Amino acid sequence: MQQKTTNQKAWFLVLPVLILVAFSAVIPLMTVVNYSVQDTFGNNQFFWAGLEWFQEMLSDERMWNALQRQLMFSGIILAIEVPLGIFVALNMPKSGFWSSFCLVVMSLPLLIPWNVVGTIWQIFGRVDIGLLGYTLEALGIDYNYTQNTISAWITIIVMDVWHWTSLVALLAFAGLKSIPDAYYQAARIDQANRWKVFRFIELPKMMGVLMIAILLRFMDSFMIYTEPFVVTGGGPGNATTLLSIDLVKMALGQFDLGPAAAFSLMYFLVILLISWVFYTVMVNLDKKGM
Amino acid sequence: MTLELKGVSKIVEGQVHIAATDLTLEKGTMNVLLGPTLSGKTSLMRLMAGLDQPSSGKIFWQGQNVTGMRVQDRRVAMVYQQFINYPSMSVYDNIASPMKLLGVDQAEIDRRVRESADLMKLTPFLDRKPLELSGGQQQRCALARALVKNAGLVLLDEPLANLDYKLREELRVEIPKIFEASGSIFVYATTEPEEALLLGGNTATLWQGRVTQFGPTPEVYRQPVDATTARVFSDPPMNFLQISKTGERLMFGDGQSTVATGKLAELPDGRYMAGFRPNHLEILQHTENAMKFTTHLHVTELTGSETFVHLDHHGARWVGLIHGVHDLEIGAALEVWLDPRHVYVFGEDGGLVAPAAYAMAA
Repeated sequence: MQQKTTNQKAWFLVLPVLILVAFSAVIPLMTVVNYSVQDTFGNNQFFWAGLEWFQEMLSDERMWNALQRQLMFSGIILAIEVPLGIFVALNMPKSGFWSSFCLVVMSLPLLIPWNVVGTIWQIFGRVDIGLLGYTLEALGIDYNYTQNTISAWITIIVMDVWHWTSLVALLAFAGLKSIPDAYYQAARIDQANRWKVFRFIELPKMMGVLMIAILLRFMDSFMIYTEPFVVTGGGPGNATTLLSIDLVKMALGQFDLGPAAAFSLMYFLVILLISWVFYTVMVNLDKKGM
Repeated sequence: MTLELKGVSKIVEGQVHIAATDLTLEKGTMNVLLGPTLSGKTSLMRLMAGLDQPSSGKIFWQGQNVTGMRVQDRRVAMVYQQFINYPSMSVYDNIASPMKLLGVDQAEIDRRVRESADLMKLTPFLDRKPLELSGGQQQRCALARALVKNAGLVLLDEPLANLDYKLREELRVEIPKIFEASGSIFVYATTEPEEALLLGGNTATLWQGRVTQFGPTPEVYRQPVDATTARVFSDPPMNFLQISKTGERLMFGDGQSTVATGKLAELPDGRYMAGFRPNHLEILQHTENAMKFTTHLHVTELTGSETFVHLDHHGARWVGLIHGVHDLEIGAALEVWLDPRHVYVFGEDGGLVAPAAYAMAA
């Protein structure tokens, strides 16, 4: 009878991947988990805290307020960027020089580093030297993003729309370009009007890429830090303190490592949960052939 | 109901897509546009539908000039090679959509949707979305949508090209049925001669934007007016051979000749072109006066019960379709036989001089 040969060498082949994943994901994440269940006063002294930090964070109004602001921010920018992006894509030239021109111009904001975008808008909106701020002031409109909550919100929203609408537009444009001409012909023969063409051909055919655009924009805006931090620093007061800004304040400003770690984990789980919901919806849409 | 094209042409940026064409399609006829890819089938259909405007010429529908009339205002329906259905609507709504846009009343819509769904065997799938159907069912749905409109002109642009063999056979049988039920003018574009023969009706052969011949399908097949039509209406294409007439005999080269009879007897001496279909080339002598040619075998393709042989005859490529599976040696000399009764004779300008004797008898 032949013995089954055992060969464990295969483990060496997966070792590099295991090491890579361990150092890039598992170990950093476990460090955070470690902090979230312990208390420390420095000097490398740790005390077991159990779920105390999680309970504290969940009963803390500060986090709920930040979460509320965050959802409002993501909701508003999605509500503007998605329809606007589709509108831009629908009105772009379909081919030729002007099509390429539009693509290049629209890609420009996407190529600018986040903190530069923040700086641009921070200066642009200043009432003393910024073109936007100065003009509005001159027109007699009460605008000051460092003191007025509404001004601050409008500034960071307009900035995000300026920065990211192109992404939605480019994805929607790619979706539109993939629709065979025969669909439009069929619609013409059926005497469908412009709205019906959009509703029953373009929108369903774009749905796949639009869901990806929404998912990307949602995740990115939910984790946004740099741009609003550069412009408003979370102010005035806490008016534009979004989740990540709040987290950094807690972890680095106040050095509350335990609560900040618990906060991070919950933040991570919320994003994971919402992304999973999006993914499920997307897969179902695919099945229905939308 | 007739559709008449009078001197219709389409020229785009100096390139002739459709040369001046005269065509009359009668009520209740099946008309096949047969030609290779890029021969202008789709361009011609787009002109018929009114999706494109002709560069010159006029189009008449029931005697009325409809040139320049928008496609929306004509009564046409079109089915494409791709399966075009509204992706977010159910099969029922897809079929109903053209009637809804025309403002047909609800009860009538329901009756006609169910009737055509029944005809196209879609009744169990009325609640599904198009992408939840198989390719064949998706195309049936598109066909049903074209039918319910009761359009006088139904244009089918290679509707079966994207389907696999089995589904194609299945739908091919059904298209003549739905055609008979509708009473409309059907125009059916295809690249396959076999499909044209199966559908019957009339055939227009297209070559480089020109309609080379239009007439009843069997007639176009048996008596092509020129070498181009014969080439288009044969798959694989017709084989050609330079021949000459001296006195009473037609010289085929390779020391082969036949007595010129009938029409051929009256021809002046000179050079001609002989054409014969691949299925008439044989590797055994079946008839007494068959001519023998020595060729070299390039490639063989087996299709189960038949063998395609690609031959080289003094630099010319011939294709033969031989029954049965044969073990032939590639690169070796191969003797093939051709019955003179199967030979079409064309003039040097390509025009038909005499059709093959067998085609006249049939």
